[in-house]
Amino acid sequence: MRFAALADALAEGAIEVGARASDRTEAIRIAGDLLVSTGRATPHYTDEMVRAVDEHGPYIVIAPGIALAHGRPSAEVLDTGLSLAVLADPVVFGHSTNDPVRLVFGLAAFDHNAHLGLMRELALALSDVSVVNSLLNASQIEEVRAAL
Amino acid sequence: MKLLAVCGMGIGTSVLLKMNAEKVLRTLDIEATVDATDLATAQARRDAQIILTTPDLVDKLQGLPAEIIAIEHFFDLEEITQKLERSLG
Repeated sequence: MRFAALADALAEGAIEVGARASDRTEAIRIAGDLLVSTGRATPHYTDEMVRAVDEHGPYIVIAPGIALAHGRPSAEVLDTGLSLAVLADPVVFGHSTNDPVRLVFGLAAFDHNAHLGLMRELALALSDVSVVNSLLNASQIEEVRAAL
Repeated sequence: MKLLAVCGMGIGTSVLLKMNAEKVLRTLDIEATVDATDLATAQARRDAQIILTTPDLVDKLQGLPAEIIAIEHFFDLEEITQKLERSLG
């Protein structure tokens, strides 16, 4: 692991590879469910992640094929954490240039500063083409872990 | 110089954008601060010269006394560099 904070935030069970979603809401819900099942957020937080995109558009698609779903810091966040759904088939989010999406990260953050170390590592990891390609081509959770 | 990086919630996408914008500004040797904010906060602020955001939010930031720059690929430092250089002349 080159990215200690990322590894820490991606709890055991927070990664799903080969996830199946037919639209962007389902895709976001998979990432949200992973935050819930790993104790990082409540199911309401997943609803917020979906609502954010319904309200503001697919701005969470931050790079070709990559979405970062998140709500705002609130009581629905139980711990700072990250989840990752690697979709079996790409899903159209409606973004002007970065569709379709294969990697859906879910982010739960307590406040505006607690997760900065994590975000710095996420930015570094996703700026690295070889890391992104490894994530896109991962067929097993171990491959995702190895890429990070 | 003050820049804002804006996303819907102010904690995810905007923070990533802020980090990469700061990296680019350092490389260009431009002294500036970049604040990550949510959309509502950005709409109420008047202190930034440049607002960086995603294409989806550009329309919601019109009317502010700042130049709006839409960044498509947040990790493409070249795109951020080119757009900032063009804006800063």
